[in-house]
Amino acid sequence: MKAQGKVHKYGDNVDTDVIIPARYLNTSSHKELAQHCMEDIDIDFTKNVKDGDIMVAEKNFGCGSSREHAPIAIKASGISCVIASTFARIFYRNAINIGLPILECDAAAKEISSGDEVSVDFDTGVITDITTGKTFQAEPFPPFIQEIISDGGLIKHVTK
Amino acid sequence: MGMTMSQKILAAHAGLETVKAGQLIEAKLDMVLGNDITSPVAINVFNDGKASSVFDNTKIAMVMDHFTPNKDIKAAEQCKQVRSFADKYDIKNFFDVGQMGIEHALLPEKGLVGPGTLCIGADSHTCTYGALGAFSTGVGSTDMAAGMISGKTWFKVPSAIKFVLINKPAKYISGKDIILHIIGMIGVDGALYRSMEFFGDGIKYLNIDDRLCIANMAIEAGAKNGIFPVDDITREYIKDRFKGEPVEYTADEDAEYDETYTIDLSTLRPTVSFPHLPENARTVDEIGQTEVKIDQCVIGSCTNGRISDLRAAADILRGQKVAKGVRCIIIPATQSVYLQAMHEGLFDIFIEAGAVVSTPTCGPCLGGHMGILAQGERAISTTNRNFVGRMGHVESEVYLASPAVAAASAVTGYITDPAKIGSN
Repeated sequence: MKAQGKVHKYGDNVDTDVIIPARYLNTSSHKELAQHCMEDIDIDFTKNVKDGDIMVAEKNFGCGSSREHAPIAIKASGISCVIASTFARIFYRNAINIGLPILECDAAAKEISSGDEVSVDFDTGVITDITTGKTFQAEPFPPFIQEIISDGGLIKHVTK
Repeated sequence: MGMTMSQKILAAHAGLETVKAGQLIEAKLDMVLGNDITSPVAINVFNDGKASSVFDNTKIAMVMDHFTPNKDIKAAEQCKQVRSFADKYDIKNFFDVGQMGIEHALLPEKGLVGPGTLCIGADSHTCTYGALGAFSTGVGSTDMAAGMISGKTWFKVPSAIKFVLINKPAKYISGKDIILHIIGMIGVDGALYRSMEFFGDGIKYLNIDDRLCIANMAIEAGAKNGIFPVDDITREYIKDRFKGEPVEYTADEDAEYDETYTIDLSTLRPTVSFPHLPENARTVDEIGQTEVKIDQCVIGSCTNGRISDLRAAADILRGQKVAKGVRCIIIPATQSVYLQAMHEGLFDIFIEAGAVVSTPTCGPCLGGHMGILAQGERAISTTNRNFVGRMGHVESEVYLASPAVAAASAVTGYITDPAKIGSN
């Protein structure tokens, strides 16, 4: 499994309240949630994001609330993968459960810039910044996690 | 190698003699929790998975607390969806308006969690019940759905950090000041993926509400759970309350801890977390008398909406007036707290001071309703998060503090040391 796209870059401690503000949690519609993704930290994100794009951030991405609406909004906005130095633990679990690929890689998180074209190979964990020519090695997911993600999430995986 | 308190509870529920940090285990759940925001997503997942039954209708709790009483049509539809599900599957612990309270105040009060319980909840502050010696942690809606179906979930066994609390805290130092101090010290990812385990002779000076407040905010340091040992204060609290069989776990003497911090409670000062992270902690002594002007004061939430929190606020507000230009909103966390506060005459104090008293709701804590901030406004709040836009406009600010600090600030209109208002 591979992903490739343009990077949207953020800093430390991107919390679930800025990923999807609670004022929009009166719906569970994926499409509606995607329309407000990142709006309190990056008002232009929903205008700029294209299918397949990649989100990169530094430490503790997804901290705060347990709302699964956060990875749902990111996935439904078209993002194909999130790379961060570290993830908050509930977000990490939720992302896998809904089939949003995520990778922890501190070097990639620090060196990749906004707007770079980046490709990710989930089988090997190799992240390539096509714009700068740099490559980074992340720990790939074990096969059972990759299967959950490629099946589209935990429930689809266990009921297929 | 010995086990921590958290590891012992996980081992017992996985049917294993021992577990060690990093091990992946499958464990049986005593309680699965959701609210009016996370349950609808879990119900969709439950239905997508073509599930037709729940594992145990007495071990699932659904609490309509976030956007209730329904703040708008969409919120009403979400509650309706959960109500129908609870009805269809005969969920025994479904709490609607009239019975509900803020989930993390309600579950301990109703005796649905207690010493030795293993609980997951689709709400990050589920870690609160560690105050009673339970292992409880927040998960997402898919994990909630899978838990409702199977009664089990998988965990990576966490390592732990030890916090030794020593000596007696001074007047006006509450659980909130202790946890804000700790988060200020270790940062918002200081306990990422790990347990925070509390020990020491200082614990005996902390009532259950203080402990619930401390465990509640373990997630704000990134922790998987926070946990206290069970003592006489816990036993007294769960007596005639806890519906399960309490099991008390103590850490082994040779249990391994990644780090140990000793905190002398007698040296702590009232502490406030500045925007926009709970780790931005400062003591009141580091804040100028007219440095932070406030527009709103919120006293409530799963962190600080319990009876001792309301008493602490009332002690400050008695005979005082809320400053002109400040809206002071007080939200008892549950119906039972509401009734008790009313009987104790606390509402007279609040209302005479110019505060409003709301029905239980999470409301303003997450910018839902009942006290949203406008552009440029500032709130002092006893809630748990001060992220960008948390209580309203993206350019508003939230300062986190104890009920005593919040109430004192409501009186002066600026963030204030409670000792300057209260009777010493």
